[in-house]
This record gives sequence, structure tokens and C-alpha cells, in this order.
Amino acid sequence: MSIMEYNGGSVIAMVGKDCVAIASDLRLGNQALGISSNFQKIFPVTDRIYLGLPGLATDVTTLREVFRFRVNMYTIKEEREIEPETFAHLVSSTLYERRFGPYFIEPVMAGLSKVATGGFKPFIAATDLIGCLNFAKDFVVAGTASSKLYGAAEGLWEPDLEPEQLFETISQTMLNAVDRDAYSGWGVVVHVIEKDKITTRTLKGRMD
Amino acid sequence: METSFAITGKDYIIVAADTTAARSIVKMKTDDDKIKVVSPHLLMSYSGEPGDTIQFSEFVERNLRLFHIRNNYSLRPSAAASWIRRSLAQSLRSRKPYSVNLMLSGYDVTTDTPHLFWIDYLGTMTEVPFGAHGYGSYFALSLLDRYHNPEATLEEGIETLKRCIDEVAKRLIVSPGKYIVKVVDKDGTRVIEI
Repeated sequence: MSIMEYNGGSVIAMVGKDCVAIASDLRLGNQALGISSNFQKIFPVTDRIYLGLPGLATDVTTLREVFRFRVNMYTIKEEREIEPETFAHLVSSTLYERRFGPYFIEPVMAGLSKVATGGFKPFIAATDLIGCLNFAKDFVVAGTASSKLYGAAEGLWEPDLEPEQLFETISQTMLNAVDRDAYSGWGVVVHVIEKDKITTRTLKGRMD
Repeated sequence: METSFAITGKDYIIVAADTTAARSIVKMKTDDDKIKVVSPHLLMSYSGEPGDTIQFSEFVERNLRLFHIRNNYSLRPSAAASWIRRSLAQSLRSRKPYSVNLMLSGYDVTTDTPHLFWIDYLGTMTEVPFGAHGYGSYFALSLLDRYHNPEATLEEGIETLKRCIDEVAKRLIVSPGKYIVKVVDKDGTRVIEI
């Protein structure tokens, strides 16, 4: 019985062509007993950054509040919105502050960062529960179904997917992975982030 | 063992909790009220470590009252739930955490909607259409998946609640004998006989 698997839940983020997608399941459980089928684990940070927080549910809520506070303070002090790279380091240092009594969360973030030419570049990253950053060019996974997500994503993902194709890829990856995990599932939510638009869709999943 | 249920309906929430206070194998009391009226439109049903439950529920009640005195209005259900959750989450990482599970049922008079929050001693919080704590939850939740109707009238809601109580009485070895049932709606809170 690991504390990381106590409530269940999984998150995945993927890179596409000038877009990124992030998806999570909606289950909240107490071990094998399901409590809620509408527990959000992904939260908007800015207009172009989303943060997924799989792990212990009490820390999901606590960290969401902590990051909302810290990002607000950053925005006020800097008089600009935080960039995804900067935010990733904010996540990392916030978790490392609790190095010897950690929050039991493995954050996943997805966003678009500004480049000097005026366009946007896809950005995804994940950390472990003490804030060790992992930048990836393709996809990142976390949560109780992470091992299954790796397998499904490895088979389905390809470079330079358009937003609609990326949505289909991440949705199928998520739905098939969580069906093999008893602690994840009960519906899926997918966010696709483009430079001028964010599309949020809720998927029906198996309810067993 | 300790069991509590809460069911939302169209414009009300019904809350039921068993009334036994047990210590080891002995029933010390059979008329213990474990549903506290924390503000005019808010009910809190609690269970857990005996001393902690009373200490924490009174702490919540007094703080919500203090907020009302200072600001001349009451916290809405979601705000009260967030405050309670934060208290438990901070307590969890202290030397002696409160070991209290609770459900907060409130009627939001500004939007005329019922809200039910399921909270455990870790500070896990989620809004649910129906919830349960304790051993009874293993039987009641699956039953409520089948029979819960968010548009049900109070009478229909009470019928559903009786199904839960009967199922627990039938299948749970350590089932509680008596329950106290309270309702919160636009008129405030009241005890009902079932």
C-alpha cells in the first residue's frame, strides 16, 4: 500500500505541431473504493499553461492553491505572465522545499512558450515528488497508470501531429491505458492548447 | 461501526448518521448526535477518533460563527468546505493530526442550490451528489449509484435513504442500530423522524 496509489489517478501530456495536449482521468478513490467520478486533476495556470497533479488527493488541492498563490505573486511582481520554462522551475523548487517531508504528487505541465521571433513553441515537462525535472520532446506520463500510459503512448504518438490528430492520439492513449488500471478511469478530460485557442473535452470512459 | 450517509435532492440534502458511541467492544451511548449544525444552512456529519471529532467540530462551528460576527454574513457552503479542508490538511502534517472524517451539507441561499462535500481526515475534498463514510459506505455507495435521483422530492429522497439504512442493517456484521436524520433546505436545518 503506497501513499502515491491511495487515491488513484493519472495524467499525460503530449507535444504536437504548434500545439500541446494534456489529459487526465476523473476518478477519486479510497484504495479500491470509488468516491467521485468528477475529480479534476488538471488546472489552468495561465492562458497558455496547464498543470496536472496526479497523486495524493489532499496534496492535489493544497498544491493547486500554492501554485495559484505563487503564480499570482509572480505576475504582480514581474508585471507579465509566467513562461512555461520558468513555471517548471517554480514547480520544481516548490516541491524540493519539502525534500524530507514531500507532497505526494508527480506534476505534469504542458504549455506554449514565447520565442524571440514572435511565435510559440510547445513545452511539456514532468517532475517526481521532490521536484526532479524531466523535459521531454514527445510525451510525459504520471500517476497510477503511468506504466500502461508509456506503452500506449509509445505505440500511438508520432511527431508533428495537428491539433485534431493530437486530440485523437492522447484520447486513445488515455482511454486504453486507464482501462488496464483499476485505480484510474471513470471518465477522461482532455485539453488541447493552441496559440489562440484552448479546447477542453470530457470523454466518456468505462465505469468499472 | 460508525456510518453516515448524505444525499442531495432537488432543493435539499438529507444527512443520516448512526447514534452509537462505542469504545472497544462496548456501546457507551446509543443517542449520540454526530451531525452538527455549524451555521443556519450548514450541517456537518462527522466520525473518527472520539476526542478529535468533538474538538474539531466545535472548532469549525466557533470559527464559522466568528466569521459571521465579523462580516455580518455567513460563509457559503463551498467557502466553508475549503476552509475546513485546509484546517485538516494543515493538521495532517502537524505533530498530532485530527483524525476526523466528515461530510459538509449546505444549502446556498444566494443561488438556491444544495451542495454536498465529502472530506476525509487527510484533507481530501470533493463535491458529490451523494456520499458516505465508514463501513456502511461499501454498501450504500453502490446502492446509491443505482437509486439516487438528483431531481427527487424529499419523500423520494427519504425512501432512498431508508434503502441504504436497511441494506447496511442486512449485510454489515457490525451494523449500527439507530440513526439520526437531518435535512437542510431553504428554511434551514431540522431533524426528521424516519
